[in-house]
Amino acid sequence: MSTVNDITGTGTGTGTGTGAGTGTGTGTGPGAATANRAYWACADTLTLVRRTLLNYRRTPSAIVWQLGFPIVSVLLYGFVFGSAMLVPGGGDYREFLMPGMFTMTMAFGLMNTAAAVVSDNSKGVVDRFRSMPMAPSAVPIGRSLSDLMVAAAELAILAATALAIGWTSDGGPGATLLGFGLLLFLRFSLIWVGVWCGLVLPNTEAAGALYAVIFPVTMISSVYVAPALMPSWLAPVAAWNPISSTVTATRELFGNPGAGGGSWVEQHAVLMAFAWPLAVTAVFLPLAVRRYRSLSR
Amino acid sequence: MPEHAVLAEGLSKRYGKKRRDDVTHALDGFDLAVRPGTVHGLLGPNGAGKTTAVRILATLLRADGGRAEVAGVDVARDPRGVRARIGLVGQFAAVDEGLTGRQNLELFGRLFHLGGRAARVRAGELLDLFALTEAADKGAGQYSGGMRRRLDLAASMILAPAVLFLDEPTTGLDPRARGEVWDAVRTLVAGGTTVLLTTQYLDEADRLASRITVMDRGRAIADDTPDGLKDRVGGDRVEVVVAEPADLPAARAVLARIAGTDPRTDEAERRVHAPVTDRVAALTEVARTLQEERIAVEDLALRRPALDDVFLKLTGGRETTTDTEKEEVAA
Repeated sequence: MSTVNDITGTGTGTGTGTGAGTGTGTGTGPGAATANRAYWACADTLTLVRRTLLNYRRTPSAIVWQLGFPIVSVLLYGFVFGSAMLVPGGGDYREFLMPGMFTMTMAFGLMNTAAAVVSDNSKGVVDRFRSMPMAPSAVPIGRSLSDLMVAAAELAILAATALAIGWTSDGGPGATLLGFGLLLFLRFSLIWVGVWCGLVLPNTEAAGALYAVIFPVTMISSVYVAPALMPSWLAPVAAWNPISSTVTATRELFGNPGAGGGSWVEQHAVLMAFAWPLAVTAVFLPLAVRRYRSLSR
Repeated sequence: MPEHAVLAEGLSKRYGKKRRDDVTHALDGFDLAVRPGTVHGLLGPNGAGKTTAVRILATLLRADGGRAEVAGVDVARDPRGVRARIGLVGQFAAVDEGLTGRQNLELFGRLFHLGGRAARVRAGELLDLFALTEAADKGAGQYSGGMRRRLDLAASMILAPAVLFLDEPTTGLDPRARGEVWDAVRTLVAGGTTVLLTTQYLDEADRLASRITVMDRGRAIADDTPDGLKDRVGGDRVEVVVAEPADLPAARAVLARIAGTDPRTDEAERRVHAPVTDRVAALTEVARTLQEERIAVEDLALRRPALDDVFLKLTGGRETTTDTEKEEVAA
């Protein structure tokens, strides 16, 4: 009983009146207000990128775990199955395999994005952000920027591993850079699929189940085996898989074996490696933004 | 300063709009007025609309009807203005478990636009205030439930908000951790913050709140001080628990004679109780008479009605549980 009295006693005595001032809205005209808003949108985005990078700095093993599967795959498929694998047109299977591993790592990144968004959403972190005077756009933009940075780091580590087992890019610096650019572009488009999944799925367990979808999708592609060697009913599915386009395009750009193929989609792989991610982004970026906005409905 | 820290008038919110029979009224003409500098409790059974009300006031959800002001700012017209004046502590500790306590507070400080240096200074102050300095550089994932809650509270206090929303802040905490959170809340109110506290624990509202709004089916059905609410179910009462079930009618007769009203009997618990006006005199009289009539008594007491009694009376017997509320349909 006395505690209730204590509270009213102190509370009515001091009153409120703190905390009204923030950094927002200090500009004078409408132009200054817009510039101010843009400034804080950038600053908030960078703060959220910093948050992700701090997470990785505190637990660097997270990145190793994410790379575990592709690296183990390189060793298993490259060395255990390697001698039994055929490369159309001849060539070393490990050279053939690496662009597939790069692409698969980008595709699996979708699960990291989804897991991070689900975790923030289910733990109330998204609610906290939305109840703060920060720029709302900083949340998705910060997520995509930091995921791209992590993806670039993953590619660097994987490329170093690849060089160690004898993979090289014979395409010249321009084509090589374009190849890695296309890989990051695929990852970028999948970030929005991941954000959308993260907002739709109820919990991190459900996000883990995405594996059951992504794993077969990466298998039924040109990651491990050329579609030409698959049964005739499966070959077109694998060839038209968006993941295959990035794999084939990077094989072509890196000058690795097995890039060619009979179908139109395989012959225009670089074009399709632009077109597919562009289409995925065009569909899922608006979906993700709409889903985020509908949280307040 | 506005007259009310929080003001809601006729707030309404419906979920599910496709089919008419599917529509749930989460809020249906909800009114609320909170005086500045107080702790105001929001009580109600599951699905009464407490969380929906808090989410609308904290600008997380748009109302379908009615209006609301927080710290004098309209939530629909200027949500950003509201956000600069509030703190929100939801049902889960919304902290990044991959970061340390200090990193968490610095992160939120930057997002409140304090700038790097001020965010660092403020993080240090809050760690001190919430007794987390020792654990400041440990990962928040290793914190105990109470510590994580305190870090969560600290994060909501970065700007010393005018109004703090606490949505079931002690759900799932052990008694010691609950005590820690209560102490933290008292510290905040002493600093001038107004707190709107949603809780399912009636003793929590009783301890912290100077005024309580009881909600049911999306409306406020009572608004009073804890004592005022208790008076509504009658004043103090004398309660007798007899040792032998056979003595129950005799004890009942004694109580009826002295209290002058018809006592209520709970046979399973061998208990009989009746409201009294001259409290201690009645208690003494009952004790003396029971002894004279040689009725063996296990317990004899003068009891204030608990908020539970109020709650059960007002909401027609629908009890609260500690389950997480399902009132917001996954949006």
